[in-house]
Amino acid sequence: MSETQTNSLAERLSARFGDTLKISVARTEVTAEVAAADLIAVATALRDEAAFRFGELVDLCGVDYLGYGQTEWDTETVSGTGFSRGVEGEAMGRFKWADRPRDVSQPRRFAAVIHLLSIENNQRLRLRVFGEDDSLPVVPSVTGVWAGSNWFEREAFDLYGIIFEGHPDLRRILTDYGFVGHPFRKDFPLIGNVEVRYDPEQKRVVYEPVSIEPRVLVPRVIRDDADLLQAKAEAADNWREN
Amino acid sequence: MQEIRNYTMNFGPQHPAAHGVLRLVLEMDGETIVRADPHVGLLHRGTEKLAEAKPFNQSIGYMDRLDYVSMMCNEHAYVRAIETLLGIEAPERAQYIRTMFDEITRILNHLMWIGSNALDLGAMAVFLYAFREREELMDVYEAVSGARMHATYYRPGGVYRDLPGKMSQYRESPWHKGNDLKRLNAWREGSMLDFLEAFTADFPSKVDEYEELLTNNRIWKQRTVGIGVISPELAQQWGMTGAMIRGSGVAWDLRKKQPYAKYAEMDFDIPVGVNGDCYDRYLVRVEEMRQSNRIIQQCIAWLRANPGPVMVENFKVAPPRREAMKEDMEALIHHFKLFTEGYGVPAGETYCAVEAPKGEFGCYLVSDGANKPFRVHLRAPGFAHLSSIDPIVRGHMLADVVAMIGTYDLVFGEVDR
Repeated sequence: MSETQTNSLAERLSARFGDTLKISVARTEVTAEVAAADLIAVATALRDEAAFRFGELVDLCGVDYLGYGQTEWDTETVSGTGFSRGVEGEAMGRFKWADRPRDVSQPRRFAAVIHLLSIENNQRLRLRVFGEDDSLPVVPSVTGVWAGSNWFEREAFDLYGIIFEGHPDLRRILTDYGFVGHPFRKDFPLIGNVEVRYDPEQKRVVYEPVSIEPRVLVPRVIRDDADLLQAKAEAADNWREN
Repeated sequence: MQEIRNYTMNFGPQHPAAHGVLRLVLEMDGETIVRADPHVGLLHRGTEKLAEAKPFNQSIGYMDRLDYVSMMCNEHAYVRAIETLLGIEAPERAQYIRTMFDEITRILNHLMWIGSNALDLGAMAVFLYAFREREELMDVYEAVSGARMHATYYRPGGVYRDLPGKMSQYRESPWHKGNDLKRLNAWREGSMLDFLEAFTADFPSKVDEYEELLTNNRIWKQRTVGIGVISPELAQQWGMTGAMIRGSGVAWDLRKKQPYAKYAEMDFDIPVGVNGDCYDRYLVRVEEMRQSNRIIQQCIAWLRANPGPVMVENFKVAPPRREAMKEDMEALIHHFKLFTEGYGVPAGETYCAVEAPKGEFGCYLVSDGANKPFRVHLRAPGFAHLSSIDPIVRGHMLADVVAMIGTYDLVFGEVDR
């Protein structure tokens, strides 16, 4: 997609939807943030109106913004403790199921991100919908608009616990039958919660708490290097701040 | 009169036609499908979550293991997403190498597909023919990366190394000797490009051989013509891409419509089907092999004429040369930082897609500026395709479900991720 095409798409979107959509353009990609209540109306218009014709839902996925921008290693000041600076973080590789952080307060943690494609107009659009309540994130299902979102919504429900209201068959899809928890949440340990083995005495498969220890080899670092700052300024991509 | 009721049947996960680990719960009325409920996830490894816990470069190898018959195309989507956020572009030679290897991968994938699909529908020989050529291309993979399948060859900023000047040869053994050995090594005297050129000159005649076995084969046509018809509207509704949507007559190909790497410079055609049935998708894929062969030939010609760097000279992203590292302190520091910490990617988000052999393989990457991705989501074509199986196989016979699974070209590494 060329630059002019993207700009005209952003203009057409703001002309048609006004304040309903919060539009940002980064590089050649257009992102529109929409409130959960408006999603179905916007989606239907995007699919049917000649200016958009987003006939295909290419992708839908959940995102958990807990811990966005947090690091495990302070790079601004020098401390005398060396590498141990890196082991105090709370990233998902560092805790077990029993020690997982329970009180996690970050407003608007969960979002469903939809990628649309218009074959007729050869353009793409990203829609982001936040679930308002973090203890029970609910987003309307777009299965009525694009049938193909069915499994993608099941996946986002399975991995993130986002509830898609109006989905015909919201079951787990990727995890095991009887799985507990939503494994891609940032407060779900990387090592998981249970492990499976065959017990020759009981003559059946048994589930046990994981025996491996959590560990992280490379700490999570954000460096404000000169060239990264420059890249940041050039990208002018401040979608998370506004 | 005896009362006949619907019954439920379990198909897979241990079934040769289930292509790995598909479990399909079928509700049957006699031999007719009333409802199909696929259970996937038996191969779920949490690739996306694992990628969030590692520096960017360490996850490239995971991409190979998603769709493990089109390895480099998966890498391409991931690497391109990182490059987009970093704002860097691979050197021209690296772009040509990527284009060439994407097409080699497409042929590898389609050979696997044609062999296993024919096997599912009762034709044994095609599998043996297809694997003969797959072996040659695997050797090309091995020549550039050292691995026959999981190459980890593409890197943000280029490819790991330039094409080798020598092709590995068969050595004499009790199984390969004399004229047999000479035949095996006939193409392998020169460089990798010489070998590939000989292969591409020969490959169209090999495709003719597969077609000889299938295209006018009465049994093959009985099993595929008119089976699993997908209308263009249905294909769009279910998010289909690749050969699945082209088989229904929609000329949609990212290589033409949203070109990446060097596809804009390539001369090739997009085959489309007419009826949208399994047979049309077979014809589309066979023709795609011929077109891929053309693209490879064009890449070979360019790569022969234009030597140059295959990796960006940006040591914040790509490691310096090993010789430099031994002598230059700055190079050593860059090397150390890159391999202990990795590189930070500017905050932002991007969705980068490539035309993988199975359809659109996309990578949605969210970075918060750290040395590890904040969120990676991989859009697997097979996942979207398989979700449509219920409306498509309803009313078909049980044996047609096998034809349909075959035509989806499923690999559970990518469906389950």
